[in-house]
Amino acid sequence: MITGAAPIITARLVHGDSHTLERYLATGGYEGLRAALAMTPEAVREQVDKASLLGRGGAGFPAGRKWSMLRKAEITYLVVNGDESEPATFKDHLLVERDPHQVIEGTIIAAYALGVSQAFIFCRGEFALGMERLQQACNDAYEHGALGAGIFGSSFSLDLVVHPGAGAYICGEETALLESLEGKRGFPRIKPPYFPAVIGLYGAPTVVNNIETMSNLPWIVTNGGDAFAALGHGSSTGTRLFALSGRVERTGWYELEMSKTTFRDLIYDASLGGGIRGGGELKAFIPGGVSAPWFGPDHLDLGLDQEAVGAAGSMLGSGSVVVMDHTTCVVRAAWRITRFFARESCGQCTPCREGSGWLEKILLRIEEGNGRDADLDLLMDVCDNLAPGISWPPQQTTICVLGSSIPSSIASAIRMFRDEFLVHVKEGGCPMAPSR
Amino acid sequence: MAHLSDENMERARRLVAVYPERRSALIPLCHLAQGQDGWLTPEAMEDIAELVGVTPAEVYGTATFYDMLHTEPVGRHVIAVCTNIACMLEGAYELLEHIEEHLGARVGQTTEDGEFTVEEAECLAGCDAAPCVQVNHRFFGPLDSAGFDRLADDLRAGRLAGEVPRHGVLCRVERSVGLEASSAEGAERRERTS
Ligand SMILES: Cc1cc2nc3c(=O)[nH]c(=O)nc-3n(C[C@H](O)[C@H](O)[C@H](O)COP(=O)(O)O)c2cc1C
Ligand code: SF4
Ligand code: FES
Repeated sequence: MITGAAPIITARLVHGDSHTLERYLATGGYEGLRAALAMTPEAVREQVDKASLLGRGGAGFPAGRKWSMLRKAEITYLVVNGDESEPATFKDHLLVERDPHQVIEGTIIAAYALGVSQAFIFCRGEFALGMERLQQACNDAYEHGALGAGIFGSSFSLDLVVHPGAGAYICGEETALLESLEGKRGFPRIKPPYFPAVIGLYGAPTVVNNIETMSNLPWIVTNGGDAFAALGHGSSTGTRLFALSGRVERTGWYELEMSKTTFRDLIYDASLGGGIRGGGELKAFIPGGVSAPWFGPDHLDLGLDQEAVGAAGSMLGSGSVVVMDHTTCVVRAAWRITRFFARESCGQCTPCREGSGWLEKILLRIEEGNGRDADLDLLMDVCDNLAPGISWPPQQTTICVLGSSIPSSIASAIRMFRDEFLVHVKEGGCPMAPSR
Repeated sequence: MAHLSDENMERARRLVAVYPERRSALIPLCHLAQGQDGWLTPEAMEDIAELVGVTPAEVYGTATFYDMLHTEPVGRHVIAVCTNIACMLEGAYELLEHIEEHLGARVGQTTEDGEFTVEEAECLAGCDAAPCVQVNHRFFGPLDSAGFDRLADDLRAGRLAGEVPRHGVLCRVERSVGLEASSAEGAERRERTS
């Protein structure tokens, strides 16, 4: 069943000029910030705790808990992660381009709650239009008195800098992002320390949160944490922005109440995905970005719920669902995803740097008809070096989880479609029509 | 003599000033230099090095990590064709093949007239409009072969000049204020406007 819950973060997008300050103010913009400034920072944090807002960047860590870990220090920072590069994920792109003030208002509220006086929004470099709108919104927010010294006449001051990325998936990983923001190559930092909240930007305690996480805050402050927590189920509260792509009739973004909608609804409902393209058959789907293990038709009735998807052996991750149909070659799909990781591996860890390249080559030779009988075992063996046991959640042998995410698609494809791999090897080529 | 123009030098200084540590401005300055020259020249990297207080080799070493920073000349229009999963499922590789043929340049190459450089991109977060391409980081999609040919014609004829600036020009909106939270001027400005 699809609930009629009103959208929280996409409500404004019915307006073509949703990115302007004028429209923002006409639709309740910066009221959340005004309400927050009338509260104590503790009271704001309490509302976010009550909302039990889970981070929307992929790991689903509770925002309130992360904030409580911020080490006390004279200088602390807030960095908003807008590097969105997980394949098939396009929700932050939407939020930055269509509602940049909401991102900024959320950021100011978080900074106030955290007592931070300098914040950064790290925006993926490829979002040129998004960056222009974000910078314009930032300028307008200063002019409006929502940023800078003495915000809205209060004693709270905040500077916000919109910072451009330059094209590197790994900079979405929070410690690589901080390195990049420090003007360096985007190499993830060795853990511990596990959390930037202890040692972050320039060594100072830093909270890193996702764009969508921030975008929820104006609503939470205005309507109260309880109202947010009343949506969804269990630990999956509020709504989430799902990005649907691949072989469905209606690709696009859908903001849905958490837990209440199933993958079947998302893919087949006429108001959502509208079913498989051209009446085709569902073969498999990726439930949460290409780092997530795949699901098949058996999993269609699972709810869009962080816990439920986790318990079923995958993750809701970045909220992006990719649909493969009967025309899709799974060897080719697994190859393309692996190729992505091979290109984006930062190269610091041997299993990731070397493993990703070898996996890509082996998958390509199977797809091109030069596969060998032993290749399936070989693939699994290399995967085992990256994530010992190939379990879910994966074991880690590398500095960051990019490495341990690589086996997800390969192991899924082999587990679900072993025969298709074998046909490639036996018949010396891909049995499917080219391109898929 | 600096390689960056006086105007860009001024912009560069303003950028450096919004970061707690100078080096953080390194990547924004690389974008700025690309905006001037279309690519990141060795001369510009020397200016950047001086502005952020590192060696030119460190600028180069950092820049080469990032796909968007070009340390070799590229065409006026860089066509980045996404072939990642969602676009591949919608025929991105066929589109890429067509583009290479139509332009006479393969991935990594620039056409002889310097108009187009072809790149194969990873997911551009435009997967609902698959297959999609970016031209100088402006989105077009979904595209088929005919759609691409029209796009190339429009770009060549300069009909999209408003939407798609020359390669390297990224964000055409500049920051209009300095830092305020910790500065006296900030407090003053707030007094005046409140
Ligand atoms: C390889 C890799 C890529 C990531 N990419 C992103 C990203 O593009 N955007 C994002 O918000 N988080 C990304 N993350 C997660 C961040 O490290 C971090 O957990 C997140 O930004 C925290 O925000 P949240 O708590 O609000 O979700 C990535 C993690 C890894 C390991
Ligand atoms: S796991 Fe891969 S991407 Fe992550 S730090 Fe190691 S080499 Fe780099
Ligand atoms: S897969 Fe092509 S834009 Fe995302």
